[in-house]
This record gives sequence, C-alpha cells and structure tokens, in this order.
Amino acid sequence: MAVGIVGYGVYIPKYRIKTEEIARVWGADGENIRKALFIHEKTVPAIDEDTSTISVECARNAIQHARIDPQEIGAIYVGSESHPYAVKPTATIVAAAIDAVPELTAADYEFACKAGTAAMQTSMGLVKSKMIKYGLAIGADTSQGKPGDALEYTASAGGGAYIIGTKNLIAEIHDTYSYTTDTPDFWRREGQEFPSHGARFTGQPAYFKHVIQTARGIMSKNKLKPDDFDYVVFHQPNGKFPLKAAKTIGFEKRQIMKGLVTPYIGNTYSGSTLLGLARVLDEANEGEMILAVSYGSGAGSDAFIIEVTKENEKRRNPKPLQGYMDRKEYVDYATYAKFKGKLKGVKLEKP
Amino acid sequence: MSKGLALHWRLIPQRYNLVGTECLKCGRKFFPTRQLCPECRRAGDIKEVKFSGEGEIYSYTIIHTPPEGFDFMKPYALGIIKLVEGPLVTAQLVDCKPEDLEIGKRVELVFRKIIADGSSGIIRYGYKFKLKD
Amino acid sequence: MSRKVAIIGIGMTKFGELWNKRYRDLITEAGADAIKDAGIEGEDIQGLYIGSMSPGLFAGQEHIGALVADYSGLSGIPATRIEAACASGGLALREAYLTIKSGAMDIVVAGGVEKMTDVTTSSATIALMGAGDQEWEAFKGVTFPSLYALMARRHMAEYGTTIEQISQVAVKSHHNASLNPHAQFPFKVTSEQVMNSAIIADPLRLLHCSPITDGAAAVVLASEEKAKRLVDDPIWIIGSSSATDTIALHDRKSLSRMDSTIIASKKAYKETKIKPEDIDFAEVHDCFSIAEILAIEGLSFCKLGDGGKITENGETEIDGRIPINPSGGLKGKGHPVGATGIAQAVEATLQLRGKAGKRQIKDSENALIHNVGGSGATTVIHILKRG
Repeated sequence: MAVGIVGYGVYIPKYRIKTEEIARVWGADGENIRKALFIHEKTVPAIDEDTSTISVECARNAIQHARIDPQEIGAIYVGSESHPYAVKPTATIVAAAIDAVPELTAADYEFACKAGTAAMQTSMGLVKSKMIKYGLAIGADTSQGKPGDALEYTASAGGGAYIIGTKNLIAEIHDTYSYTTDTPDFWRREGQEFPSHGARFTGQPAYFKHVIQTARGIMSKNKLKPDDFDYVVFHQPNGKFPLKAAKTIGFEKRQIMKGLVTPYIGNTYSGSTLLGLARVLDEANEGEMILAVSYGSGAGSDAFIIEVTKENEKRRNPKPLQGYMDRKEYVDYATYAKFKGKLKGVKLEKP
Repeated sequence: MSKGLALHWRLIPQRYNLVGTECLKCGRKFFPTRQLCPECRRAGDIKEVKFSGEGEIYSYTIIHTPPEGFDFMKPYALGIIKLVEGPLVTAQLVDCKPEDLEIGKRVELVFRKIIADGSSGIIRYGYKFKLKD
Repeated sequence: MSRKVAIIGIGMTKFGELWNKRYRDLITEAGADAIKDAGIEGEDIQGLYIGSMSPGLFAGQEHIGALVADYSGLSGIPATRIEAACASGGLALREAYLTIKSGAMDIVVAGGVEKMTDVTTSSATIALMGAGDQEWEAFKGVTFPSLYALMARRHMAEYGTTIEQISQVAVKSHHNASLNPHAQFPFKVTSEQVMNSAIIADPLRLLHCSPITDGAAAVVLASEEKAKRLVDDPIWIIGSSSATDTIALHDRKSLSRMDSTIIASKKAYKETKIKPEDIDFAEVHDCFSIAEILAIEGLSFCKLGDGGKITENGETEIDGRIPINPSGGLKGKGHPVGATGIAQAVEATLQLRGKAGKRQIKDSENALIHNVGGSGATTVIHILKRG
C-alpha cells in the first residue's frame, strides 16, 4: 500500500538579518563569513512568534493544500528544539488551532534538527498500519544562537508541516531508513539558554558521517544510485555542508541547488530538511525522484526516497516557499536581539 | 501564576479559530459569540459558526503607549477588522508598517502569541491579522 | 410622587497629581466643602452615592460606600458606590437625584473620587481598560486612547474632520483651564504644540488626551421643600437620563457617532421640553479631543460631522454660540475618572450661580452636563436650570 505526502505547508517569519550585520556587532569579517558558510541572511521571528505560532501557520497551510477534513487527522507530532513549554506539548496547541481535536493522538518530539523527520516516520507507521487515516508531522523552530558564536549566523526560525496518508498523494514515500548513534556533537542541558557544540567535531564525525552513511544506506537497500534521483535535499546547517556531502556521495550541484534554502533563510533547525523538501516539491513533476536526508545532533539521520506523482502537478501548493522567501524586511542587530528575547527583561509577558 | 486559566481555555475556539455564533432566526452573525441575539433575544435560535478569517480594515491606530506587558511591542498596529461575514473584530495587525495601513485594505487571519502570564504562567495565543499580499 | 430636586452645595478638590492625599482624604475634603457650601450639618445627610471606577484595581479597595461614610464621620447612613467606568460620577448624581425625586430621601450627597497616581502609567492603562471589553479588547493589547483613535480615524474618513480641528478642541480646553484655579493644567497651549506632542495612539497625541488625575468632587442634593428653605440659589436638576450601548467598540453600529449620547440626549430634551439650540452651555465628556466632537454632534449642538467645523469657527468658546467645557473639560481640568461627572455638575452650578470668575459665561439660564463611560457604552446626561 502506498504511503506518502497528501499535502504540506511551510512558514517562515517576515523579518531577516544579514550576515554582515551580525558580524558588524562582533567585529568579525561579514563578507568572509558569508562566503565561508554560504549564508547571506537568516529569518528572525517577530516578538509575538514562537514555535507554536509557526507550527500552526504551516499546519494550516498544509491542510489548505491537502484539502482534508482536519477531524480526520489521527496523530500530530511536532518536532522542535525550541518548544515554548518544557512540559505541555506544542502538538496540543496545533491540534486546537487546526480544529483536529479531540479524537487524535499527539506528542512533541526532540531530536535536534531531525525531530520533524522523526515525526514523519512515526506518521508513516501509523498510517501504513491503518491505525490512523492521516498523520500530521511538523518540524519547526525559533532556534536561539549564542551571541558571538558561529551558530548565531545561521540559527533561524521557520517550519514545515507534512500530512501523511495513503490517498491523493502528491508524492509517494517509497522507503525510509535511519542511522542513529550516541554522538555528542551539539547539545543543550536543561535550563541552559543556549546550546553548546563541539566546533570542528560537528563536521566529519557528526553531520557528514551520519548523512553520508544514511544516504548510502538507503540507496544500497533500494539498489539505487545518485543519478537515479532528480533532486537531493540534505539537512542544511549552513550552505556549505550539504554541498560537500552531496559531492562526497556523488551527487551533482544541479540536483541539490533547488532544495538548498539555508543561504536565504538560515538554518530553521527542525524545519531545515522539511523546508528544503518543500521547495523541491513546489516545482517537481510527475515521476521525479527525491532523496531527502535529515540530520539531528546527538546524533541521527532519517532518509526518505520520494517519488512525485501526477497529483503534484494538478494540485500545486497555493503557498509555496518562494512566496514566503520573497516576503521580507531587514532588521538591525538591536531589533533582532529585542525580538529574540536576547535582552534581559525584554519579553512579551505580564510582569 | 495560574489565574485566568479557565477564562482563557474556554475561549480557545474563539481565540484560535474565530468560532462565533449566528442567529438562524434573523441571520445576524456574531463575533465574539453571543448566546442571546440582540434582535430576537429569547425568540432567537443560536448556532455556532466558524468565520473564515478574511476581512478588511474598518479602522486602525498605532499604539505608542502600551499597557503593561505589551511594552516591548511598541509601536504596534491595532485595527477593527470587518470580517467578510459581517461582524467587526478588534485585533492587532502584524508584519506591517504604519504607512501600509489604509481603511479598506484586505487582511487575513494569523495565529500569534498575545502575551504570557509572567515567566512561569501559561502562554495565551490568539488571532491577529496581516495584510493580504 | 415626583418632586423637584436641586443642587444646594458644591465642593471639589484641586485636580492633579496629589501625592500627599489619600483616596479617602480626597472625597472627605470635597464632601466637607459641599456640605459647608450648602449650609447644612452632617446629620442632615440621609444618604451617600459615590461614583468611583476602580479603587479596587488602583488600590485593592472595594466597599467604597461604607469607606466614605466612615471617613466622612457619617458611619451608619446608607451609602452606595456606583460604577459605570468614567460615567460613575454622572450615574451617582442620577441615582441621588432619583432617590430624592421618588421621595425616598430629602437630602443626599453625590460624590465622585478617583486616585490614579498610586500605580504606574502602564498599570493605570490596564485598569482603565476595565471600561472596555476585557475578553475582546483589553486582552488584545487595546488601550483607551486607541479606542478613541479608532473612532477618530473613522470620523476623519467619513466626514473629512482634520487633525487641526481635533487639536483646536485641546487648545480651547487649555485656554479655559488657564482660567480655572482647580484645573490640573492651568496653562494655554498652541495648535502646533498639540500637534507636535508625543504620539499616543495614532492619530491622537499626548495633548489630545485627558490625563491621569487624582481628585474628588461632591454635590449636595435636596428636595424642593428643603432646598427653598436652605439656600437662595438652588440650581434645579430639571432633566436626567442615561443610555447604554455595546461594551465593545467593534459591536457598535457606527464608530463615527456616539449612539448612547444621541439616545440619552433625546430623552433629556423630551423630558425637559428644551431644544438643543436653547441650551446655554454644556460640560461634555472630552476624555480625548475627538470625544468632544462626538459629544457636541451627539447632543445635536450641530449636525453629525460638523463638530470639527464649529470648533474651528470658535462657536464653542466661552463667548461663542454654544460654550463647551468652560471649566477646561477633562483635558484641561483633569479626569479623575469617578469624579468627573460630579465635577461637571459643580462647574455648571458655579456658572449658573454667576460665580465662575474669569471664565464666567454671561447670561446663562440652563446647562447640560454630559458624562460618558468607556468608549461610549454609557452616557448620562443632566440638564440644570437656575431660578
């Protein structure tokens, strides 16, 4: 029985900050950083946006695209590393906001940047086993970058929502394969405001190892090669890593460029792979093959082999990612710090 | 801090999804909900109805002196939005510059954080509007 | 049994930021002045009606009736606190009037008091939003000035009213306040100063907005029989009416007129058989300059939409066709919310007695006082007449 994507929705906030502007504050060479990381600018959430609001917006968009009755959603999983509550699932807020309540299961996921794809896998299982009709998998974040740290240039806000089902699919998910290890490359202890990371350790032993092993693993299992795919989407912590991974595995630049969105919107963490995939789906046609490989620190990778259906050409997403990418307004570092709660005492809170 | 929990919770369908009521007797639609139609009163027949979130700006202002808690949002736009179904609703207008606002411009519903109850209380979400592209 | 009712005594504290005065000090001061002015003794008072909007929010104090009776040295008498947001004072006056009119009592004090400066401005802003819709306006981050700004914008769009015309209201208010020793802001301002003052809620600026004020006012009301015996110059309350409208601004039929004012004024004019053009002057509720324009239109002193024009023409000046707010209004005099309605009665009485000093309106026989709650959810109107 075919399982796949019935519809999807994206959301990124309107505001942006340029790499050079962040560098200016820290006395760093912005031009150099921009080239080194291949990132021009990143999204900044408004002071009244958070992972819940982003999840709701992309979930509503997904439902609009999928044209399903939200009451038929049997499960909602929201993956994030910036859930607004430590205890009280974002998934319940989404469930109420899309009118999917009350007959469904829900939970929040955490697995750094791959929590969203983990949500997709769970949904696939529930759908394929006929336990539910539709599953809604969301990956969204308003990731916090430590001031002055390298990750501050890339940590951005955004999310993607995917409705998994068995009928009216715009894309079939032929297989999924995961590779999981205990690797301490990037983490955040309870109560800490900012994550910590292992700098260069986050490269070879972490991102590259998992992404490459997972891509090779799923292709081997399915007897496929890089040139069997029209598109490849990797988790994109910056613009450079995915290009390097692609080259290593044997993909060409033309296969990866469409789904490479980090240079323009930053790393949306749990939304990263999902948004890259959405950009591809926005334009992909019947029969085209997509390899999507996520990565979450800690560490693990989920890969998906996806084939686009004719339905995708008939039912294009009314709110494609490009539209959101084009809608932007720049802010300076001070405004960015204000919006992101980096200034002491600045919160949207009753005292 | 846990006051006002039930107060907010029972209004979630309204605050998240613009669920209002209509009087089937006279056709008047209400948002926020009314259990008693001002026209028909006890003779009315009230049913729940969900509004689409589409509307236009009926009036607007930019607030420069926020009430406590909203301080860091200033300046923010506040509008009275005329929903396409008829009722008027008061809400913030987001992602816009003051000069972008005009009576009659079309808007659509968005889901945003209204305010949190201190650093340990609940987060209250609700409807706001943004200009339609 | 329906009797005539008169104001026989008036009293008022200075309005302003009165750091040294407590809530209870303010009202007892005003009350004592009114009783002295009436030439009666405390024992003569049979009941108290006190208008006060939110001592609960400002100071955690409720049970105002008992508190005021106690501190006035009148513990034991019936005392009632009336609340209708900014119309609390006007409504307290009306309840006192109805009590005497019905024959239940002969001598009653109606007072109004508010102490607003014990909390921060942003806290006061929250308290004042109690006058609006808590669930659907306040919750959204709405402020009082923003509600009137929303009305101003509609009025400007529908009638072409200009910000200069709205500002002229403030200029007049300040001019009149400069002649009023009780006023919070006894100084003149120019149109430029008004239009360049800090922006509060676009298009309303600081000088379009009445301030946060401490103050109290009180009047002694008496039945016809008692009034004629006690004083030479009773000022008769010949008309009293009130009306309500929806609590939330977005539920009104129109944002560019105040229906509660229109309804209440029609009732008052009908009851007294006086036409709007026969009113000699009025104290109206100018919590924001646009509110005065809505008031004078709603009271039929001009056509709907012409309020800005007649203000610009000077028709509402002290020497104009229809003097409005000779006291300086809420803008110039100050607006201790619950006290305002009573302070308007104090000013009207002073004027009708011919005792208004530098701001005296010449040859006036009657006056209309107009008090509004919230963004127009309550209007209370009284018509006073001398002789």
